[in-house]
Amino acid sequence: MTTMTFGRAINAGLRRAMDDDPKVILMGEDIGKLGGVFRITDGLQKDFGPHRVLDSPLAEAGIMGTAVGMAYRGYRPVVEIQFDGFIYPAFDQIVCQVAKLHYRTQGAVRMPITIRVPFGGGIGSPEHHSESPEAYFTHTSGLRVVSVSNPQDAYTMIQQAIASDDPVLYFEPKRRYHVKGEVDEGADPAASDLGAARVVTEGTDVTLVTYGPLVPTARDAAVAASDDGISIEVIDLRSLAPIDFATVEASVRKTGRLVVTHEAAQSGGLGAEIAASITERCFDFLEHAPVRVTGFDIPYPYSKLEFHHLPDLDRILDGVDRVMRRPNSLSGLDGEPTSEGASL
Amino acid sequence: MTQDGSLPGPGRTDTVGTAEQASGTVHPGPSRPDADELVQLIDPAGVRHPHGHYDRLVADVDGPALQRLYEDMVVVRRIDAEATALQRQGELALWPPLLGQEAAQIGSGRALRSDDFVFSSYRENAVAYCRGVDLADILRVWRGNASSGWDPYTINMATPQVIIGAQTLHATGYAMGILNDGADAVAVAYFGDGATSQGDVNEAMVFAASYQAPVVFFCQNNHWAISEPVGLQAHVPIARRAPGFGIPSVRVDGNDVLACLAVTREALARARSGGGPTFIEAVTYRMGPHTTADDPTRYRDANELEDWAARDPLARLATLLDSLGLLEADYTDSVRAKADAVAAELREGCLSMPEPAPSDVFKHVYSSPNSWLDRQQDHYERYLASFAQAPQEGPR
Repeated sequence: MTTMTFGRAINAGLRRAMDDDPKVILMGEDIGKLGGVFRITDGLQKDFGPHRVLDSPLAEAGIMGTAVGMAYRGYRPVVEIQFDGFIYPAFDQIVCQVAKLHYRTQGAVRMPITIRVPFGGGIGSPEHHSESPEAYFTHTSGLRVVSVSNPQDAYTMIQQAIASDDPVLYFEPKRRYHVKGEVDEGADPAASDLGAARVVTEGTDVTLVTYGPLVPTARDAAVAASDDGISIEVIDLRSLAPIDFATVEASVRKTGRLVVTHEAAQSGGLGAEIAASITERCFDFLEHAPVRVTGFDIPYPYSKLEFHHLPDLDRILDGVDRVMRRPNSLSGLDGEPTSEGASL
Repeated sequence: MTQDGSLPGPGRTDTVGTAEQASGTVHPGPSRPDADELVQLIDPAGVRHPHGHYDRLVADVDGPALQRLYEDMVVVRRIDAEATALQRQGELALWPPLLGQEAAQIGSGRALRSDDFVFSSYRENAVAYCRGVDLADILRVWRGNASSGWDPYTINMATPQVIIGAQTLHATGYAMGILNDGADAVAVAYFGDGATSQGDVNEAMVFAASYQAPVVFFCQNNHWAISEPVGLQAHVPIARRAPGFGIPSVRVDGNDVLACLAVTREALARARSGGGPTFIEAVTYRMGPHTTADDPTRYRDANELEDWAARDPLARLATLLDSLGLLEADYTDSVRAKADAVAAELREGCLSMPEPAPSDVFKHVYSSPNSWLDRQQDHYERYLASFAQAPQEGPR
């Protein structure tokens, strides 16, 4: 076990994937000498050369489209999109080409492209640097979408993403890049499944589902709730498309209550998909309607207001109170009971 | 656009986009002083003109080779006509004719090596023919029986790209891969005048120039992007753009098969020898509709079509062959027989195409099992099976 930061763990995973397979190449803006604006690719161009770590012109559609051509030629490109809000010029190539070429060619052409996206807020950035665009991609057939929440997963899952013959969007919570954790660099990426969710903390009263940057927040919420005698089971989805609903379903059958939290806007988001799917699968086990605690349906706000937008520990606990039918911010509104007793 | 919203009309820019291009305007470029001429070796009257630079590139093209090029063009025109007929008879949902563009596609297509890789739009069926495509595969997508026609690796040609210009980036990336591999193959991107307005095409030229990728940009300026004249896409001859990216360009008479062969050979040789990308503007004309769903009489002048019919790529080569004594009856009979046989094979391949199974709709979305999709497929198969279980009533 080695202690390393989240960002260093991704770097180590990239390095190992490049060592293992000469067809793995990195493409992106400023990823060479600079090592990327977040230094995730630090030192890789020096060690692997400019033909395997390519500084790309400043054109995201161009980066993605040339990655498609590289994949046609048998390479496994790992593309860095510098910031979440810069991915949209590449959207057409991702949705119309990367996602569809395997289907279009009836399996003849594989697109083993990994698209790394630093995402989410909380770092005080200007516009376009704090977005959570994952739902655009989970809604697109042909893509796999994952998000990592800790250094060990970051290390293992980047290798699994690169080894995947299907394209993977790999969302990195940029505000957690400096979080340190233990990483087993000898871990075999093939020993686990990229699509599996992880139960972070076990509990019996509420299932709290999240991913990426809010996993530590959810864990803190579980600790805080335990002081009130509420037992929360925290699930880190890890894979957002497909979602490991078997794990979520098993938990909700046990707890009867579901709270989903993410930074992304609420309407049409992943929380809606999770709430609907779980309701379809285990309606008879639910004690309360699923509750979403999410970012608002607004453009990502300027930095002095961003912590009003981002779900935090207290807003998550308020959602927990709602599914527990305890006094909460909506008590007496929208048909919400005013107390536990009133609902019975 | 001016503040009151009026546009400098295509009518005015047409002067640049159409007449001037056809007459071979010279414009400056960095690669060769004559990179801007409209290269022409066989004129519309079928007269072969010597060319100081390009003759050496087609010195091997003797009489029999010219006859083979002519046969190719006759055959692909026949494929095109047969496919149009199949659409009119309800056997195809849609067909994008290449009528008028035979020389641009055969001339360039016959310049390629088998290990070169083509990324085309949906109109390059003559290029696919040059690559040795199974004829029915050309129709598979237009009949709606498959999402595309062939395995790209069997003929080293990607299946048709519908998103305008997207394939130019794929070609450039593929060429970057060739560079990394140390190979001497070339990637070739085919696209039209309309595509040159797309960001993807411009970004492809940036990437190709920056990495000196072995890619040839083969733009067929057929003058029309559905109903929009080339003057709406370009205020100057299209080939002028490439030098601004640091890419040598050439404008060629796209209805002259020999000239198209010559300029493509030169571009391929440059790419193979480490000279980087080349941009070719083949000036041609889409004599038919955009697709069988289009009606060009709504937007273009019949006189324009007549003008271009006088520059027909097949007629001029036939005239040249005739003047060389190479258009005897036994030869033309054999060409006609070949075209008839190909058309019959195409039609038979179309009509005998196997129907897809309902479960095929789920195939190949992913290369490995996917829990979401597997669940949907399982449910749908149960749903379909429920009809068999209750044939009288179907599912409740």
